[in-house]
Amino acid sequence: MTEYEPVIGIEVHAELLTNSKMFCSCPVEFGGEPNTRTCPVCLGLPGSLPVPNRRAIEFVIRASLALNCEVKEYSDFYRKNYFYPDLPKNYQISQYDNPIGRNGWIDITVDGTVKRIGIRRVHIEEDAGKLIHASVGNESLVDYNRGGLALMEIVTEADIRSAEEAREYLVNLRAILTYIGVTNGKMEEGTLRCEPNISVRPKGTEKFGTKTELKNLNSFRAVYRGVEYEVKRQVEALQSGGRIIQETRRWDDDRGITIAMRTKEMEQEYRYFPDPDLVPMNFSAGLIEEQRSLLPELPQARKERFMKEFDLSAADAEMLTSTRAMADYYEEAVGAYPDYKGISNWIMGDFTRMLNSAGIEIDASKVKPVDLAGLLKMIADNVISGKMAKTVFEEMFNTGASPKEIVKSRGMVQVSSETELYPIIDQVISENPRIVQDFLGGKEKSFGFLVGQIMKYTQGRGNPQAVNQLLRKRLSETKG
Amino acid sequence: MKLSKSEVEHVAKLARLELSAEEADRLTTHLNGIMAHFEKLQQLDTEGVAPTSHVIPMQNVFREDVTGPCLTAEEALANAPESSDGYFVVPQIVEV
Amino acid sequence: MELSTRTAHELHNMLVKKEVSSREITEAVLGRIEQVEGQVSAYITVTADAALAAADAADESFAKGDAPGLLTGIPVALKDNLCTKGVKTTCASKILKNFVPPYNATAIDKLANMHAVPIGKSNLDEFAMGSSTENSIFYPTKNPWNLSCVPGGSSGGAAAAVAADEAIVALGSDTGGSIRQPASFCGVVGMKPTSGRVSRYGLIAFASSLDQIGPLTKDVTDCAMVLQSISGKDPMDSICADVPVPDYLAALKDDVKGLKIGVPKEFFVQGIDSDVSAAVWKAVELLKSLGAECGEHSMPVMEYTLPAYYILAPSEASSNLARHDGVRYGFRSAQATDVDSMFQKTREEGFGPEVKQRIMIGTYALSAGYYDAYYRKAQQVRTLVRQSFEEAYSKFDVLITPTTPTVAFGLGERSGNPLEMKLTDVCTIPASLSGIPAISITCGYKNNLPIGLQIMGKHFDEETLLRVAYTFEQNTSFHKNRPALGRE
Repeated sequence: MTEYEPVIGIEVHAELLTNSKMFCSCPVEFGGEPNTRTCPVCLGLPGSLPVPNRRAIEFVIRASLALNCEVKEYSDFYRKNYFYPDLPKNYQISQYDNPIGRNGWIDITVDGTVKRIGIRRVHIEEDAGKLIHASVGNESLVDYNRGGLALMEIVTEADIRSAEEAREYLVNLRAILTYIGVTNGKMEEGTLRCEPNISVRPKGTEKFGTKTELKNLNSFRAVYRGVEYEVKRQVEALQSGGRIIQETRRWDDDRGITIAMRTKEMEQEYRYFPDPDLVPMNFSAGLIEEQRSLLPELPQARKERFMKEFDLSAADAEMLTSTRAMADYYEEAVGAYPDYKGISNWIMGDFTRMLNSAGIEIDASKVKPVDLAGLLKMIADNVISGKMAKTVFEEMFNTGASPKEIVKSRGMVQVSSETELYPIIDQVISENPRIVQDFLGGKEKSFGFLVGQIMKYTQGRGNPQAVNQLLRKRLSETKG
Repeated sequence: MKLSKSEVEHVAKLARLELSAEEADRLTTHLNGIMAHFEKLQQLDTEGVAPTSHVIPMQNVFREDVTGPCLTAEEALANAPESSDGYFVVPQIVEV
Repeated sequence: MELSTRTAHELHNMLVKKEVSSREITEAVLGRIEQVEGQVSAYITVTADAALAAADAADESFAKGDAPGLLTGIPVALKDNLCTKGVKTTCASKILKNFVPPYNATAIDKLANMHAVPIGKSNLDEFAMGSSTENSIFYPTKNPWNLSCVPGGSSGGAAAAVAADEAIVALGSDTGGSIRQPASFCGVVGMKPTSGRVSRYGLIAFASSLDQIGPLTKDVTDCAMVLQSISGKDPMDSICADVPVPDYLAALKDDVKGLKIGVPKEFFVQGIDSDVSAAVWKAVELLKSLGAECGEHSMPVMEYTLPAYYILAPSEASSNLARHDGVRYGFRSAQATDVDSMFQKTREEGFGPEVKQRIMIGTYALSAGYYDAYYRKAQQVRTLVRQSFEEAYSKFDVLITPTTPTVAFGLGERSGNPLEMKLTDVCTIPASLSGIPAISITCGYKNNLPIGLQIMGKHFDEETLLRVAYTFEQNTSFHKNRPALGRE
């Protein structure tokens, strides 16, 4: 049977973190009552005109540079003409011949191998409004609050060959975009939207097969599953003698399948032409260099530095640098207390679990990096046990209090001094003469029971090492 | 170049104009008359001539990223042929 | 002398000297509308209440002496494709029949801020597409000089209102001649300023790269006053230029000595009325006698301007008019069953035949496979036209041509012949394509119908246009003539 290989290109749309919309001064906010953030411009009322947002353009230049794109001096706006009720003017202001960024790339690592994914273009456009399909009645509702938001489109070359590569590309892309602060990159909220073009071809051939476009992929997992499903569907169709229709398919996450969307073929004719309402852009070398100078250390470089500087594994370093906030957090914490591995384990373990269940990002957490560092130091200094630390951290997470405050107010300090422990040890020995005898008779297991009793009296606060050491000492004295 | 009736119908669809068969016939004749007039342009050699999109050479006109006042929902919807609960209402979109 | 027949500068002086109130002027103009509007049909909407309120506000500001503007208290007609907050703005189209903008066009705001008096919204060809104001869904406007003739278009209502003393001045819009051609037909002064001189914000778009708002007035001084009042950079219009606005009234000098005037022969086209040609040449002779240096010139690329314009303007229009879809404002067909049928039926029923035809041409010209042959080619022609003017202006300060090849034609006479209709724009289109300023003033009559003289200048050099036009006016008396309408 013919073996097929997938050929995948990905279009990503990212909403930019500007204060105002792309071509008017309406504020960019999420939620809120419908149609309360519009003006004649973003409603496309007759006579209104667009004026581009300078920051949005700078953001796209910055993103282009971060994605290793060429940024040419000349760039301009085109109109993309098509009718849809969420598109107020029935054309979208976009770019065509002269996008801001082109011919870039990012490197991804899959199965330990580095692969370069080409970026064909990065351009600016405006977002559409939101359509709500009423569940009852023969109508749809339109809210233009989102209409006109600044949207960046990033298009790859058809370089991607698997669902894993598709996901990895997106993870890397999102990390870069959030690092440079141009988007919040939330797939679940739709501020980062991913639309892969997928086709398959017999292995070893050059010619592209017929492609389908996937929509409604709202998480990395959905991207992986959606692409994997669609590739499999296409291969099976071809192997059973069927053919692929060029169409847009919607990923149904619950059912785990893709479904053809009934869209009209003729929509492909967009009649692009230069927007006569907008003047061209001409980026000086100075402006481009200024934007380059504003780029922070990007995820790949940071990951490599983390591995070297903090002696972390590639997997740990990648995880810690997957968002700028997490990497910043880690660096601040290890700056306060250099337990590189310990802090890494905490962040990727309990902390991440709790963040996930609270549905927040690390920079929105109440736990300050310096306090996480403090907690690790308290464990190392035997102030608290590892077990107690979990309880303390939970409270840190919920209240934002420092570990010192929590330990103090809860009286959770570890008991390790002779003056505190000997009275308890003596009491346990006197209460359990038989067991003491067993131990002295060589029954080592009895020691554990005695330790347990001591821990019970100290309400778990006894420092295990100190308890062991002092109990042995006392027992040997008893023997003598 | 000559427009066929089916091309005229395709263009009408792109432009979202519903033409009757009779109108399509009339427009086909009419548009061909006008388009013939445009053929004159093909006589002119424009090899190497840059197209002009803007007659006044301007560049880099931007607004700063600051917010301004919006219309209220009532104002936004005041001209709407149909609205409900703060939304514009359109007939159902036929799509999955 | 009736107040309504006076010019804005005369009335401005009277207002400043408190010899008259804006309310008196406004009532006089409303009275004149009452008298002749039934015959002329210059307006779609007369805003008498708003006008009187603005007149009272103007009188109050004169009373307080708080630096009134040049047009404070002066009744202005506004072409009905200029958005007026709270006042129906229809573009003479069914599709916008009930559209009430929630905002003012920038030019309107400037007038409102100085308490100019908005007397009404004037008639036009639907979406400014036409040359006779016969393509209005409401009614055709008549030429005040001869009610069986068209006033020209598309700013026919504005030109007729000024000519018939139904307004003191007017704002129109010009895309391929829509101010100058009706000004010529109605015997008033009309100017298309340089592209980018006046903000287009709030002007309902026809062809964005060609549209320009400008004055229609009784004389050149009024033209300068209106231009002064509406010009300047606007942050709401990206292509509105950041070029300082000079003192246009100071440019009004009765002196053309040493000015170089070119007469391009290609504008004296085949089919031009010999009386029109003669009147224009007579005007050139007069300017020569006043000290200007005049010479003939040739601009061979001009024969390509008409087809280039009739590709570019509909192409842009096909995209600009896409927003009129029955979703957010305006007419919606009652026959719609789903979204697509709503779009198609709304636009089919809402637009008139001329508009639909241009949308069709534009959609076709922009469609895949034809873009290079049509749209791109036309833009290249535009470059050649621009270069041709640049070359001409290396020799001349201004160029003089007829505004239109003939005087006003009869109502209905050309509506069956679109190509002949479009020929009336042949002299005005070149300035539109190259973005240069151009003014039309009266230079004669044929059969009691005015003949227009067009003066074209360099980018942002409206001052020289005004100077030449003013000099001509000071040495002739055409501008003093008024149609006999209602005064026989």
